[in-house]
Amino acid sequence: MVEESGVASASAPMIPPFTREQELTAFREMLLIRRFEEKAGQLYGMGVIGGFCHLYIGQEAVVVGVKMAARDGDQFTTSYRDHGHMLASGMEPRRVMAELAGKRGGYSKGKGGSMHMFSREANFYGGHGIVGAPAPIGAGVAFANAYRGDGRVSLTFFGEGAANQGQVYEAFNMASLWKLPVVFIVENNRYAMGTEISRASAQIDLSKRGAAFGIPGKQIDGMDVRIVKATADEAIEWCRAGKGPYLIEAQTYRYRGHSMSDPAKYRSKEEVQKMREEHDPIEQVRARLIADGMSEDELKKIDANARKIVAEAADFATADKEPDPSELWTDVLAS
Amino acid sequence: MTVNVLMPALSPTMEQGKLSKWLKNEGDAVKAGDVIAEIETDKATMEVEAVDEGVLARILVPGGTENVAVNTPIAVIAEEGEEVADTADHAPADRVGEEDKAQKQAEAAPPVPGQTAPQDEPGEANKAATKAAVEAATPAPKATSVAAQPSPRVAPEVPEGTTMVSMTMREALRDAMAEEMRRDPNVFVMGEEVAEYQGAYKITQGLLQEFGAKRVVDTPITEYGFAGVAVGAAFAGLRPILEFMTFNFSMQAIDHIVNSAAKTLYMSGGQINCPIVFRGPNGAAARVAAQHSQDYSAWYSQVPGLIVISPSNASDAKGLLKAAIRNDNPVVFLENEILYGKTSEVPALEDFVLPIGKARIARPGKDVTLVSFSIGMTYALQAAEQLAKEGIDAEVIDLRTLRPMDTATIIKSVKKTGRCVAIEEGWPQCGVSAEIAMRVQQEAFDYLDAPVLRVTGKDTPMPYAANLEKLALPSVADVITAAKAVLYRS
Repeated sequence: MVEESGVASASAPMIPPFTREQELTAFREMLLIRRFEEKAGQLYGMGVIGGFCHLYIGQEAVVVGVKMAARDGDQFTTSYRDHGHMLASGMEPRRVMAELAGKRGGYSKGKGGSMHMFSREANFYGGHGIVGAPAPIGAGVAFANAYRGDGRVSLTFFGEGAANQGQVYEAFNMASLWKLPVVFIVENNRYAMGTEISRASAQIDLSKRGAAFGIPGKQIDGMDVRIVKATADEAIEWCRAGKGPYLIEAQTYRYRGHSMSDPAKYRSKEEVQKMREEHDPIEQVRARLIADGMSEDELKKIDANARKIVAEAADFATADKEPDPSELWTDVLAS
Repeated sequence: MTVNVLMPALSPTMEQGKLSKWLKNEGDAVKAGDVIAEIETDKATMEVEAVDEGVLARILVPGGTENVAVNTPIAVIAEEGEEVADTADHAPADRVGEEDKAQKQAEAAPPVPGQTAPQDEPGEANKAATKAAVEAATPAPKATSVAAQPSPRVAPEVPEGTTMVSMTMREALRDAMAEEMRRDPNVFVMGEEVAEYQGAYKITQGLLQEFGAKRVVDTPITEYGFAGVAVGAAFAGLRPILEFMTFNFSMQAIDHIVNSAAKTLYMSGGQINCPIVFRGPNGAAARVAAQHSQDYSAWYSQVPGLIVISPSNASDAKGLLKAAIRNDNPVVFLENEILYGKTSEVPALEDFVLPIGKARIARPGKDVTLVSFSIGMTYALQAAEQLAKEGIDAEVIDLRTLRPMDTATIIKSVKKTGRCVAIEEGWPQCGVSAEIAMRVQQEAFDYLDAPVLRVTGKDTPMPYAANLEKLALPSVADVITAAKAVLYRS
């Protein structure tokens, strides 16, 4: 069932409930991303962060739900709206923020920036600036998993705009042909920059996009972290059982512009407001926690903690030095 | 009327082959489309079909004969009842309705890879259905622009007294991959037709049999996608050898070669390296025209984060491919189809690995420096031989690695000779030879007695017509002219 807003609601007849602990984990993780992104937006306005900066605000339930279903060792690969994925992967907020600021303490020593960040320790394989590129790269990570038979699953994210890229289908074909353990997660936030999905896609049910390759697909409400988690559980289990890839279309929404320089002429303020008020992924969890007897104060403490982590990250990023000029010439080739 | 069946040629590099066996005996009736014999070259096994109906009157070259030159008559087909001198008794022809020749040919043709649309060009008196589609794509046995390469001198890295074995560059490349695959279980090969087909140019021959389908992976014809998959696998710690059927098709994958493979180490602050080899034939083969004849040396050697290697002989090919596979960086390894079948001496060392980034002085001399690489070395060395007859002593440098370029070896030589000609098959603008000229004028300006000259492919797409193709490519004469020009001799 699709509401006026265009986001499916209650697409699963029974939403698998979260335990109190799971609700708290989801709340904490999503709130950290939200506060981090708000701060990144501020720092961009202050000129601390430059270039392109794509905020994840509104989409937090997608990566957090998938992360909650993943096992240690499973890998994450995404495109350039990637800050949330890095935080969900367990990367340090201060080093992510320092990278956004182009400082030496950043994950890429300041040489990658917002769109190009990686962490081998956290099994985070980017951070890719080219639309569609994560699909074959994530399938390649899965190829390595299958080659080694290590039971790991590659969790590969891209947007609904990327879902029209040819290389995505080349990757789908090989992933299915070779039964690679990869979950493709399309984060459908409805706007590829300013182009609404129905203006760019002949088939807007993106969960069907793997059908020609025999890849099972599910279209879900990506604003409900419980649904994302339950679907990712199924998908990951499918992959780990050696059945090949799985496709999830998570219908979501970004509150902010495509990047920081978005004129926002392509959608109404009312539409954005309605999504924030009625479908916000964090507010949904907050409401359930309150209904379950949590006090506002306890939740405020979690929020205060997130703000503290983010403030420290911002301070670190602001105070950190730019890379040494000699770094221009390092890391071009591995020695 | 009798018809001679000729030894067929199906590729520009095939000059001779083995007549493996006859499938028909003298006296057997044959009809058009019947497979009468099998032929082997180093690249492919082919079936020879009869084109005429009649009786296989005489077999002129027995089964098992090696080195049968192209266009040698191998059998005679006579009309039924026709007398052929010395023909053995033959059974009456078994007349069956003639098959539709075109239909038969269509059936015999293997599935065709997307970008290559091979068209068999049958000889006068025979047709061969080849099992190698790409082989068939390149007809015309006549040597087009390049004659046999003079034996290159052995790499300076080889210890004196080392036993040498003769092998083709094709065998050397295969051996390099096989040795590295035995050494490191993370090394695997992927690409179009690398496994069951045994390689479109037979470079991966036998690898599937030794290493199995897990490590020798046939891909769909989707360069962009499988380059991305291989890069992802390399990020995750495997060591892919990715074969492009030819580098022309790498343009579909260039985004992953440049944006993903070359830049990620830098963009990740040194965390994520990409140990991958992109290899395959590069540049002009023979008579395959504009879309299948491009030289990518300049393209890839412009990109920081890539290593670019382009060997000219079997020994360098082996030693450098092994080094490339062991290297922790993305390596673009540009081979050349015409050189695949050329034989040269390869050291019989257990583990022959050459250093990347070191040029080789292929011929010492004092009067003029000729710098080239890959098939360009063919022109350079032949020109040097001819110049020697005129009393000009040319030093010939084989770059071997284009990036990082061994500028020091070039400069040292130019300081000695005072004159330099750079030779390549690629286009002139922003070419490798343009880069060489720049470095020489920058680092040895005061030593130059003449401007640096270039001999390059012409600034046009590659034409199909044999005469135009010859004009489009550099020639030995071009190199001689340029060498004399920098020496102010006519």
